[in-house]
Amino acid sequence: MKLVHKNIERDGCGSIGLIPEEPEDMWHAYNLVAVADAVTASTVRKVQTESSTGSSTSSRVRTTLTITVETIDFDTQACVLRLKGRNIVENQYVKMGAYHTLDLELNRKFTLQKPLWDSVALERVDQACDPAANADVAAVVMQEGLAHVCLITPSMTLVRSKIDITIPRKRKGFVQQHDKGLTKFYEAVMQGILRHVDFSIVKCVIIASPGFVKDQFFEYMMQQAVKTDNKLLIDNKGKFLLVKASSGFKHSLKEVLQEPAVMAKISDTKAASEVKLLESFYTMLQLEPAKAFYGKKHIERANDAQAIEILMISDKLFRCQDIQQRKDYVAIVDSVRDNGGEVRIFSSMHVSGEQLDQLTGIAAILRFPMPELEDSDADGESDSDSD
Amino acid sequence: MARHRDIRNRSYSEDYDDDDVYGYSVEEDSCLSPSDASQWIYDRNRSQQVDLLQSHNDIQEEPEEDSIADTSLPGHERRESMDFRSLNLDEEDEAKLMSCLDELRNVIGDTISDNILIQAVMKHKFDFTKSLDEILNRNRDSEIPKIEPVKPVIIVDPSKAPVILTVDKAPKVIATNAEPKAVGIVKGFKVGQDGSSGSRPQTPRDQSPCPERMLKTDQSDEIRVTPKAKENRLDANTQYANERGSEKDHLYIVVIGHVDAGKSTLMGRLLCELGEVSQRTLHKYEQESKKIGKQSFMYAWVLDETGEERVRGITMDVGRAQFETKTKRVTILDAPGHADFIPNMITGAGQADVALLVVDATRGEFESGFDFGGQTREHALLVRSLGVSQLAVAVNKLDTTNWSQERFNEITKKLKAFLKQAGFKDSDVTYVPCSGLTGENLVKPPAEAGLIKWYNGPSLLDVVDKFNVPERPVSKPLRMSVNDVYKGTGSGFCVAGRIENGLINKGDKVLVCPTKEVAEVRNISINEMTTNVAFAGDQVSVTLTGVDMQNVSVGYVLSDPIQQVPVATRFEARIVVFNIKVPITKGFPVLIHHQSLVESANIVKLKSLLNKSTGELVKKKPRCLGNNCVAVVEIEVCRPICVERYKDVKELGRVMLRVAGATIAAGLITNIVST
Ligand SMILES: Nc1nc2c(ncn2[C@@H]2O[C@H](COP(=O)(O)OP(=O)(O)O)[C@@H](O)[C@H]2O)c(=O)[nH]1
Ligand SMILES: [Mg+2]
Repeated sequence: MKLVHKNIERDGCGSIGLIPEEPEDMWHAYNLVAVADAVTASTVRKVQTESSTGSSTSSRVRTTLTITVETIDFDTQACVLRLKGRNIVENQYVKMGAYHTLDLELNRKFTLQKPLWDSVALERVDQACDPAANADVAAVVMQEGLAHVCLITPSMTLVRSKIDITIPRKRKGFVQQHDKGLTKFYEAVMQGILRHVDFSIVKCVIIASPGFVKDQFFEYMMQQAVKTDNKLLIDNKGKFLLVKASSGFKHSLKEVLQEPAVMAKISDTKAASEVKLLESFYTMLQLEPAKAFYGKKHIERANDAQAIEILMISDKLFRCQDIQQRKDYVAIVDSVRDNGGEVRIFSSMHVSGEQLDQLTGIAAILRFPMPELEDSDADGESDSDSD
Repeated sequence: MARHRDIRNRSYSEDYDDDDVYGYSVEEDSCLSPSDASQWIYDRNRSQQVDLLQSHNDIQEEPEEDSIADTSLPGHERRESMDFRSLNLDEEDEAKLMSCLDELRNVIGDTISDNILIQAVMKHKFDFTKSLDEILNRNRDSEIPKIEPVKPVIIVDPSKAPVILTVDKAPKVIATNAEPKAVGIVKGFKVGQDGSSGSRPQTPRDQSPCPERMLKTDQSDEIRVTPKAKENRLDANTQYANERGSEKDHLYIVVIGHVDAGKSTLMGRLLCELGEVSQRTLHKYEQESKKIGKQSFMYAWVLDETGEERVRGITMDVGRAQFETKTKRVTILDAPGHADFIPNMITGAGQADVALLVVDATRGEFESGFDFGGQTREHALLVRSLGVSQLAVAVNKLDTTNWSQERFNEITKKLKAFLKQAGFKDSDVTYVPCSGLTGENLVKPPAEAGLIKWYNGPSLLDVVDKFNVPERPVSKPLRMSVNDVYKGTGSGFCVAGRIENGLINKGDKVLVCPTKEVAEVRNISINEMTTNVAFAGDQVSVTLTGVDMQNVSVGYVLSDPIQQVPVATRFEARIVVFNIKVPITKGFPVLIHHQSLVESANIVKLKSLLNKSTGELVKKKPRCLGNNCVAVVEIEVCRPICVERYKDVKELGRVMLRVAGATIAAGLITNIVST
């Protein structure tokens, strides 16, 4: 994302101009825009013109509109952000107050005006505009009959293809059906890789599975590559990394990201560090339960005691429509930082963020044990908001 | 009350053998097409998707064309099911209902569907005469009774729109057809996002045309099927007695143990000794195994049939073979021992009546299989959790220890302590010293001097012969879990699996669940032998027609079309937590193993922590669950599956929870949550 301008008043209100440059920037924009913000962007509008004879023709015009946002929708697959709201600036084609839906477009500037730019929003702008954070990794987790071809970008894990094929089991005298099914499956996974992995962008392609599936598959793929003289695969053979995973389900990406061989290659990526952090939370919960808490109520109380060493919070919580809720969470973040604690905002698009979301979206490792919290029942509240 | 009791006696044996069966369960009402994850193909340049989006959003909107959302929100239509399991009757009422139904049948025969009868009976509060009147009158009124409300519940989601907007103002993520469930963010809403119009299906299963087709066919099928189903149920026990009364009992044994304990060799040798393997075949195996330098595996080749298994010298999927003892026809399921293949081992164990645990007596080997992260413990715990209570332990490879009695005693002592803890009764476990490679003490009494000196117990075959065959619930509604789908020789295709409940006759209509498509059974075979009927407990292969092979997959259940298996995405279970590295919290992602099905799921709620020995409530809504505790949790599966409450159908009421290749808990389903 490119920052074009930034005009923020003392009281926090103001506008920022941004140009999204890659699909992932739409995700950042999605996390920035809130209901009631004003967004100015270029768009296409269909207009009806009536000729003197009474027949009407419609044509498309490009124009710039400003709307107050009422609904926000993000299409995770195509990375399209769609904002709907009423027009608030006089326009040649569109009446004031008329509804319009803006799809933010790549490489076109949009301006976002907020009544309050809080620290979390500003941090998101910085993160989005940081050119250093850019390491894409492709990962295929597989088991016999099931595979997920995923793309891991700095702040998103996208499942690009899911292959789910029933492979007949080996049975007496019918071993061929099993082998045939397996070949068909490998072929489908290979096609998935060829179609979805852009070898010019990704640092490496991880192939992970239990048992020998990965080795067998890789052997198959390379054999096919030689047979069909597929330069792309042959030239990129070195980019493949075979590691263990316990299954072909998406969760097992978590194990993959913790494999030493993978860590060595991508240790700096957000996805891997978040997995590690969440894991350390669970380890703490096991070893010293009085130093690991989750749920807003517990976290607030721990924070009041200035006990939070590391706060893990999902970006989903900042996307909630309830302004007061967002304020509360921003306040926790700011205060943890003020007290010298570390704050990590998890992407709800990564596997560990998904898990954190399920775990109320907020968790912390404390500096000192607070057994008194353990006894207090705060789960009621956190339970209801996850349902 | 039932729950209370089995909680209190938490020793596994009581826990898992609770015999309360109430015969009803909560009917679930959702049905999605076979794979929720409709496939998509992603184009780097996104042309396809973007076009799609734009065509929906033709920028000319005025307020009236309000939002795409309204049209695309799935019309979640619910219909009440009158299936009588869904009536939630208590035992007494159910009995009344049954007897009423029987009397009605006596009068009017089998011409009217169960559901109509049930409806009438319920309406008149089990009053036979009134119900009969109503039914007869109704028949007079219209030839074809209107039974709209009683059709099996099928929800068809008409939504075809790929883009789903939320109507409330909360910013939410939309998933296009392109990326359905796999992205976490979508979790906020449950949309039947199957009808993905824009995406080209990538795997065949997703081409399921099922929902629409179902609606049309289902009703008529049901009516046709009814008399048949009824008839079966009435004389199931008689039929069983007629068919099987004179035969040897069938018994299924799963062979478990650490990798290289000698399971395949033991079984291969046993089959050879019993003459089940021809000399010619054996000679061939001997020569071929010699050629690749694996002669010591020649007996294992009897069971390890794929090239890969032979080359690697390990079992990867369950191998099977048959033999007979004096009183039984035995099928053995040779499970893979390697940790990576535990899912296959679970499938094998889920189909077995009893288990044979093989341990390697060689010094150091037993220890590494038992103490140091070996599979001996996990396997034993798993089979116990899967409902196996009788166990034979083959203390194998005793030839390597010079038939040492001390070694045998040392091993049995360690195992006894452990197995007791795992929930096996001492009296249900038999230890047999043997050697698979030399064939000692398998079929004939021992000949080896070193063994005769101190052992005069039974041979392995005798032990197998003495296993008790569990009772087969043949009169309950049909449930058959599918663990294999393959092409047969004739028309249609085959599904193999175990009949958990009830029976199947050739020609029966069955409901393929969770997709709820009706199929016809064209052929049935047991161990490659064609038969006209198969009963609970049998492992069969049935040829189906009427559904597409691509729409059936491992983990599906063939169900009685009237008394259907519940289909659900969410259920409550009482779990026993094993040794785990990190505690379980809510939101914990797990894989659930349910018969042959493996599906990703989430522990969405920790409801209560129970005292291990008394079953009393220790804490409501615990923050987390640690090692070896007992708790009630709620689990949500990422797509609908067929589950039963444990008290209704034990085999379909058990789940295993696994994370990162380790089994973290075993559970019994206590409730099915309708969503
Ligand atoms: N000495 C000896 N070796 C055995 C015996 N049973 C099996 N083995 C060897 O142990 C190895 C593993 O056997 P296998 O049947 O594949 O084990 P599985 O993994 O448990 O199925 C093979 O090399 C066998 O020859 C036995 O009774 N005595
Ligand atoms: Mg084996």
